[in-house]
Parts: sequence; C-alpha cells; structure tokens
Amino acid sequence: MNRMRIGLVCPYTWDVPGGVQQHIGDLAEALMGLGHEVSVLTPCDAETELPPHIVSAGRAVAVPYNGSVARLSFGLRSAGRVRRWIREGGFDVLHVHEPAAPSLSLLACWVADGPIVATFHTSNPRSRAMAASAAMLQTALEKVNGRIAVSEAARRTLVEHLGGDAVLIPNGVSVRRYENAEPLPDWPGRGGSIGFLGRMDEPRKGLPVLLAAFNELGRRRPGLRLLVAGPGNVEEARARVDPALRERVVALGLVSDADKARVYHSVDVFCAPNLGGESFGIVLTEAMSAGSAILASDIPAFRHVLRGGTAGALFGAGDPVALAAAAGSLLDAPGRRAELSAAAREAVRAYDWSAVAADVVRVYEAVLPAGVGGPVRAEAG
Amino acid sequence: MDALTAVGAVLALLVLFSFYLSWRATRLDRLHTRLETANAALDAALARRGAVVAELAAAGVLGPAAGVILSDAAARARRAEARADRELAESSLSRALRAVLAEAGDPPEESADLLAETRAAAKRVYIARRFYNDAVSAIHTARSSRLVGVLRLAGKAGMPDYFEMDDEPPEQPGRV
Repeated sequence: MNRMRIGLVCPYTWDVPGGVQQHIGDLAEALMGLGHEVSVLTPCDAETELPPHIVSAGRAVAVPYNGSVARLSFGLRSAGRVRRWIREGGFDVLHVHEPAAPSLSLLACWVADGPIVATFHTSNPRSRAMAASAAMLQTALEKVNGRIAVSEAARRTLVEHLGGDAVLIPNGVSVRRYENAEPLPDWPGRGGSIGFLGRMDEPRKGLPVLLAAFNELGRRRPGLRLLVAGPGNVEEARARVDPALRERVVALGLVSDADKARVYHSVDVFCAPNLGGESFGIVLTEAMSAGSAILASDIPAFRHVLRGGTAGALFGAGDPVALAAAAGSLLDAPGRRAELSAAAREAVRAYDWSAVAADVVRVYEAVLPAGVGGPVRAEAG
Repeated sequence: MDALTAVGAVLALLVLFSFYLSWRATRLDRLHTRLETANAALDAALARRGAVVAELAAAGVLGPAAGVILSDAAARARRAEARADRELAESSLSRALRAVLAEAGDPPEESADLLAETRAAAKRVYIARRFYNDAVSAIHTARSSRLVGVLRLAGKAGMPDYFEMDDEPPEQPGRV
C-alpha cells in the first residue's frame, strides 16, 4: 500500500491541551511524514487559524458526563458536519479516537460506512458511563474493523466493558520536541547537578529515595544541586533533607512543556527513582530524547526501555545507598555520561512517533479489503 | 369501529416490528461482511509471512541450521489444510521464527531489509488475527440474542470460530 488518505477524528476540543489531542496531533504529523494524506476533524472553540490538515467541526458544548462536565459535540448538527467531512474527504480509512465517549468519534462510527479503526485511550476499570452505555454503543462500535489500545490498562478496560480484543500500540514520544533546548540559566552549574521530574507527593515516583540519597551525596559534594520539577508540596519535600542542604534543592513546581525540555538539558544526571507501577515510563523516553545521562530504578519497564542498562545506568529500586553510589560515580565520569547520552538518543528512536506511526499504518493495511473497496462513505441520515 | 382501530394498531405494530427486524438483519449482514474482510486479511497476512520466512531461509543469511528449521516450519504451515492443523502449524512457525531470530546474533548488514520485512510480516499476523477474533466475538454477541436465533436472521451463515494460535511476534531489538 502506498499513499493513503486518512481521516482522523478527535473527540475533544482542539484548543484545550490534553493527552488525546496531543496524541492525534503527533500521529497526524508522523503519518504525513511517512507520505500519507491526513485530515483531522475536531471540535474547536477559538476562531484562530488552524493548520490546513486540521478541520474544525465547530464549538463543543459543555455537558455533564461521567461525573464531571465535559466539552463534547454530540448533536445531529455535528453528525451532519461529520457526514459532510467524510463525503468530501474520500478517505481510504477512518481512524476515530475514544469512540466510547459521546462525541464526534462516536458520531463518525455511526454515519460512516467503510474501513474504520478506533483507538482507545481511557484506562478506567470502573467506568460507570462505559458500563451503562455499552449496549447502546454496540451498534456504532460493531462497525469498527480494528481496535487499538494505547496501554495494557486501556486494553483491559475495553475488553471488560465492550468485549472483543485490541492490538497494543503505545504512545510515541516526540523526540524532536526534546532533542534540543537551552539549559535553564545558571544550570547545570560547576558543582554538578541531578534532576527529577514528576509529582513530588506521589510515593511511587520515588522522590523520597532520591532525597535520602541527596543527603549523603550533598554532604560529600559541596557544590552539588538537585533540580526538582513537578507539582506537589515543596516544603514537605525539603523537610526530608538536612537543613544545611535545603537551599541546594531547587523546586520549579509544575513546568510547561517547553521548560520540561529545558530541565532535561539542565542537569548532569537525570534520575528516575520510581518504585514500580510504571507501564511505559514516558518521562524516561523524554529524557532519552534530550540525551540526558540517565540513572533509573531497576524495574522491568525501565530495564527494557534502557536496553538492559546500556542506554542508562540502573540501581536497585528503593535503595538510596545504591542510588548515591551510582550517581557519585556518574558525576565523576563525564566520559561515561557522554556514552550513556549517545546510547539513549540511539535507543529512543524505536519509540519515536515515526516508528509508532509505521505500526499504525500496518493496522490500516490490515483493515483495508485487498483490491476492492474505495473510499469511506457516509450513510444517508 | 373499535375492531378497525385494533386492526390498525396491530398493523402499525407489525410494520414497526418488521422495520426493527430488517435493521437487526442489516447489522448482522454488516458484521458478516466485516468477518469476511478480516478473514481475507488474516489469510493474506499468514501467506505473506510464510513467503518471507521461506525467502529468509533460502537466503541463508542466518546459517544453514536456522535455514532448515525455518523452511521446514514454513512448508508445514503452507501444507496444512484443516483449521486445527493450520492453527498448529502457524503456531509452530511463530515459535521457530522467535527462536531463530533470538539466536541470530549480529546478522550481516545486507540482510537488514529482509529481517525487517520478516518482523513486519509477523506483526501483521498478530494484528490481523486480533481483528479477526474481534469480529468473531462481535458476531457471537449479536447472534446470542434469541430473536436472531428463532427467526434465523443470520440466514445460513455458520457460527464462526476463533482462530487460535501463538502469534507472538519476535522481539524487536529495543522495542516493547
């Protein structure tokens, strides 16, 4: 299969930042990078100029759904817009996202006739909304030829509520977004620095382990600083280190995407001290894209992503002594850090959106009837 | 007068009911079309994998012993006719492929394209079988309704079976 015309449907308002929107934007760009034609249909509030491949379906409406207020497009007028977009698009395949929510995606399944692929993002084992509406969704969702889940948890959620099965294709990382960035002013500094990114008050992210190790490291290395980015209570975190070392723990709070990239470039060693439960380690792949020298807990997901320790050093999860020893030897060996950085940049290419998009294209090919077919049609309504 | 109203009401109900039945039948028909497409895609993916593996075996880039294992597994998969035999033979091919590629070490540079094609073909089988079984389960759900059974809305189409096989693709270097 050479060039395809692909129609992507986004359920949520384009100008509000969110994981699904970002996923669709990155996927669309990667697919175009592979030479395919892409059109994205999405609700959009602002009158701002959109890139040519993004098509607005008008404003979304705020309605109570699933225990909160969601901004969705659900009426017959929206269905008419979806129908027109499908007729004019002449797509080989329609790819809807999160079609179990009452949204443009569900409407697209409802009106379309032809090869449909659906990606499920939500992992919510007790989705009341999904459980209650499963029977109603069945009519629209049984037209979907191929289902993708972005995580094992999302796959389980969908199997539980809707039955059937899905292939697992994880989110990609946009290597380009993190590849190059200016370090924050005055970082990494001459005394060396260690970085952490994640929620401060979530124990599984492992910040307390890193702080305990910093107590040890900071005493022996007078210039060493710790850069912490992520939401949470700063004072509570600082209270865990020696009063004499407190001013060397610099907390940035919640950072923007652009600043996140700068954080990875601002430290000599980037530490991911997670205690487990990470299915994929998105922070790790971002740091790898930035070419950080990484020191991470030896949990299965991280060991796999870091290629058994060659693309980043590993230490026993939850062990501050091991962390301090490993960080110390990395801080003293700039050559070793450069090696790890180069290996990380190389290894992360397998997780780049372009590699993920190639997998998604294989899914498209699997649902396209060989030889026959023609574009996706819209049923008369 | 009353009798006339009653007859009218019954007629109206019958018309509504027949609309409902034809809607249900259309849905079932669409599901069977989906199943046929998925089945064709699965057949194509299996055939393609078999061909690529045979070519990989013939190219000899992984050594003679690995070549013999692969060509034997591919030939058995090709010859199997009955559904159960096919499931077994294709599973064996998956296992042979995984074992051979895990032992491949550093294959010569010029075989990189063929190896990438092999991995892609294995992934396609994995995807196509998921989608086929997904379609089977959708039909099972739709046909479990009593209405569909009693009125034979599914026509003469047989109840489809899941395609059971080991389709785990070989591990990609550096990939989950």
